[in-house]
Amino acid sequence: MNAKTLPLYATLVIFVVAFALCAFQYPSMLSTRVIGNLLTDNAFLGIAAVGMTFVILSGGIDLSIGSVIAFTGVFLAVVLERTSIHPLFAFVLALAIATAFGAVMGAIIHFLEMPPFIVTLAGMFLARGMAFVLSIDSIPIRHPFYATLKSLYWVMPGGGRLTLIGGAMLVVFALGILIAQRTRFGTNVYALGGGAHTAALMGVPVGRTTIGIYALSGFVAGLSGIAYSLYTSAGYSLATVGVELDAIAAVVIGGTLLTGGAGFVGGTLIGVLIQGLIQTYITFDGTLSSWWTKILIGGLLFAFILLQKGILSLSRGGRALSVKGA
Amino acid sequence: MASSAVLTATGIVKTFPGARALDGVDFELRRGEVHALLGENGAGKSTLIKCLTGAYRRDGGRVELDGVPIDPRDPLDAQKLGIGTVYQEVNLLPNLSVAENLFLGRQPRRFGLVAPGEMNRRARALLAGYDMDIDVSAPLASYSVAVQQVIAIARAVDLSGKVLILDEPTASLDAQEVRMLFRIVRDLQAKGLGIVFITHFFEQVYAISDRITVLRNGRLVGTRETAQLPRKDLVTMMLGHELHATEKAADTHVENAGPVRYAFHGLGKTGKIKPFDLEIRQGEVVGMAGLLGSGRTETAELLFGVETADSGTCEREGERLSLASPRAAIARGFGFCPEDRKVDGIIGDLSVRENIALALQARRGWMRPLSRKEQDALADRYIKALDIRTTDREKPIRLLSGGNQQKAILARWLATNPEFLILDEPTRGIDVGAHAEIIRLIESLCAQGMSLLVISSELDELVAYSHRVIVLRDREHVAELVGGDVTTENIVEAIAGQDRRRAS
Repeated sequence: MNAKTLPLYATLVIFVVAFALCAFQYPSMLSTRVIGNLLTDNAFLGIAAVGMTFVILSGGIDLSIGSVIAFTGVFLAVVLERTSIHPLFAFVLALAIATAFGAVMGAIIHFLEMPPFIVTLAGMFLARGMAFVLSIDSIPIRHPFYATLKSLYWVMPGGGRLTLIGGAMLVVFALGILIAQRTRFGTNVYALGGGAHTAALMGVPVGRTTIGIYALSGFVAGLSGIAYSLYTSAGYSLATVGVELDAIAAVVIGGTLLTGGAGFVGGTLIGVLIQGLIQTYITFDGTLSSWWTKILIGGLLFAFILLQKGILSLSRGGRALSVKGA
Repeated sequence: MASSAVLTATGIVKTFPGARALDGVDFELRRGEVHALLGENGAGKSTLIKCLTGAYRRDGGRVELDGVPIDPRDPLDAQKLGIGTVYQEVNLLPNLSVAENLFLGRQPRRFGLVAPGEMNRRARALLAGYDMDIDVSAPLASYSVAVQQVIAIARAVDLSGKVLILDEPTASLDAQEVRMLFRIVRDLQAKGLGIVFITHFFEQVYAISDRITVLRNGRLVGTRETAQLPRKDLVTMMLGHELHATEKAADTHVENAGPVRYAFHGLGKTGKIKPFDLEIRQGEVVGMAGLLGSGRTETAELLFGVETADSGTCEREGERLSLASPRAAIARGFGFCPEDRKVDGIIGDLSVRENIALALQARRGWMRPLSRKEQDALADRYIKALDIRTTDREKPIRLLSGGNQQKAILARWLATNPEFLILDEPTRGIDVGAHAEIIRLIESLCAQGMSLLVISSELDELVAYSHRVIVLRDREHVAELVGGDVTTENIVEAIAGQDRRRAS
């Protein structure tokens, strides 16, 4: 265990301990039904958080994903209501739009040298606005193909259901881990997070990588929008407000350094599950207000930022500081 | 000898708005040679290096690598051509593993995916050539700067392989690490690489280099065989002094200097400056001479509390002082005009008035603001007294010339009525007329009983106003010249390390 993996292990320990405590109090939580629901209920957040992990690893931020999810949902609902095209084709269209949206934001960030915070903040308003342009109402999706997709699930031992979107989240995480750890693109993302200037001097194609990162984030936000529309069977332009912040929280609790360069995609999955677990506990308890989720997440976030700060100052202390010339 | 040259630069010109950084510089690097490139701040060393590595595009001249004209667009391009560079600040990514740093962008792949096992194996093999057996999968940040430096060299040589430029690689290494680095440099030299070595440490220049090229003010001073260049001549080349030119005009003030006002004993900080003793008398100007990187600024920063000393004490007229921070120093009547006034001195967008009032306000604390009337009076007084040329006191200070900015900073400290003022390169980058004014000002302040410590590379100036001159070399106070001994010749000799004349 070293400074690189310590936050990941810390997250894992917190999750296991928290789950054990929950299971101790409510033994029925230790069932595959609960786990299946945990995955399904958090699928859209988890999928989007994979993209957010890449963005944060590179030292950036993407505030647009909540709006992109909502836009994708409304777009699908409107297209399926007003036209007769097949949902699969609509999915492809939605993913293409979301990916292009992300790529354009990445290009602006790179070529105009704008801070990602501002660019994606503009993207957030833009995507939300476009969703409102399509429709201000909640539009139900009644296409039979949706029913088919929702009926697809794998019954786990113990009766829990791994739904299509829950499974999709796990697949997206697996692919995300593969891309981060075993591709040159993945290493370049870490390199950007370690220092964009140095990375450029070392030959990292900064522009291509930056655009790729935000396009990837846009793509998974689109995918997350599809998952969300399957989850709710509707499209509503006011949906998923603030999901980008939940995703950021999941990434940070998952052990990724908010300043970039260190962290793991796998940690984000645990971050998402910790959030889901708190929500599940509150549901089981029945008397607690759902705001306790936010309070606990806030506390956890704070603890993780302190942990990272501590690790950072420890690892910095070990390295000789640069000497200023006379 | 032309056939053995790997890199030849002829008549390199680089102009920046308002300054000619390089003016027809020639440079030749041979195969299997370590070539030291020396010069003071602003001499054009780093500009030359940047022109060679493509970080800057040159405005004129010709660069040939192996007899073929080249014009690298950027450092990557230069690297592909065969010119690799390693900087003092290791330009690698601390968060990636050693192997990833070595193979970034060219990781071995299998079935389209990076193969970490293969990459780590190759990284170990590469580093084995440098007698280094380390865990290549660990993050770079877990290793010392020296090891990182070697990894950076290994990467640069692996990628380029003809010319290796080492830009102050030893600045933050200890003696043993420097030896390790030199062993590697000699190995690479034996393999036929041309190595450009930039450093401020004379010992290292003489220990490792075959030839020396000296630049000054953007011009080539000369290229010499190291073995045939005495240190004294090298210092003369760097500082640009014709020896025997000036003798100290008069050593009038020496006897006039008052009692010891400040006494510093064994003040030092590891890695910055070796412990030194220093006494400052009332009404005395102490000059501080030494080459760039010799520890002059470090000394000033210790005295002013910018850097906290590891050891030593400070006394003021027998009373112990604590200099933990610049605030504490200011409260004790210290003032400090730093070397780089654009970065550390002026606040460009504030007016002349605000810049002058700054230190006094800081000393009074925010609870007792200076009224606008007091500020106006203060600014007007000093604008008049120091003859700061500005159309009015509300002009943003960045619009003033360098000399007038310097005077405004001086005014800032004078407004606090300091007893001890440290001036780091007060005359750098200002025109000749302003030079003379600053010097007159230093002399009149001292006549009023203020103690001054002046750091300068202009030896003639130091000789003109200093009662004593402290000479620094390789982060150590090596000599102190008093009274009639204060001559440019003696200073140059002390810097070069010959004839250590110690008068106390």
